[in-house]
Amino acid sequence: MLENNGQINKMMIILSKATLENVYAAFVLANGARMEGIEAEIFFTFFGLESIHKKKLPHLHVATVGNPAMHIPTMIGGLPGMEAMATKMMKKEMEKMDMPDVYEFLCMLKDSGVKLWACKLAMDMFHYTKEDMFEDIDGIITVGDFYKKAEGVGTHMLFI
Amino acid sequence: MEKAICNTTIEVNEEGFMINFSEWNKEIGEELAREAMIELSERHWEIIEYIQDEHRKEVPLSIRKIGKSGVVDIKEFYALFPKAPLKTATKIAGVPKPASCI
Repeated sequence: MLENNGQINKMMIILSKATLENVYAAFVLANGARMEGIEAEIFFTFFGLESIHKKKLPHLHVATVGNPAMHIPTMIGGLPGMEAMATKMMKKEMEKMDMPDVYEFLCMLKDSGVKLWACKLAMDMFHYTKEDMFEDIDGIITVGDFYKKAEGVGTHMLFI
Repeated sequence: MEKAICNTTIEVNEEGFMINFSEWNKEIGEELAREAMIELSERHWEIIEYIQDEHRKEVPLSIRKIGKSGVVDIKEFYALFPKAPLKTATKIAGVPKPASCI
């Protein structure tokens, strides 16, 4: 018999990357959890921090190199302007689907009750301060703190 | 399947969403709200009416759209319909469950 009949009560999502496709994956999963009445918290670590860095979050890109599913040869994907072009195309498609931009999405997540945590170690490593970050983050915490917040029946943890 | 409610029967799916919006009336809405443990206030009704209007216009619903509707913001929407607001509100409104991820 599964614990709690396998019901998911809380999603703890760790976002370690800032390529647009990964950021959106984390945000959609967190928002989708809240829409189903499931609690959700995101821990932003390493490059994931860029998606809550005020100056950097409007300029996130999709990765055109090392991503075979883009169907762009790696050599061409590395040419100047390719990332910007691919990003522009992707953003256009997302707007058509009613997807908000990164900043609006963060506001939506906060309004929906998602908790946003910045990783202390990564903040120190990148020399970021709280003032550099999206104004509504819930705090800067350690891995240990994050595990503590994950306690409870029906919690699932996801690394992106 | 059929569901007996307010001295009548309505057609619902396995999640309890009404299949024929034309069968909905205010009394049924109130009963569905009671089942969802929600006491309907005037604010709730404003949102339910907005949802039904959008449904009549065949506009797909999402949390983002509700937030931009001018009727309610996302924070209040979650406060009025705690736990899965879009699902709960559409169920009470008698319209199909939105197939939206945002």
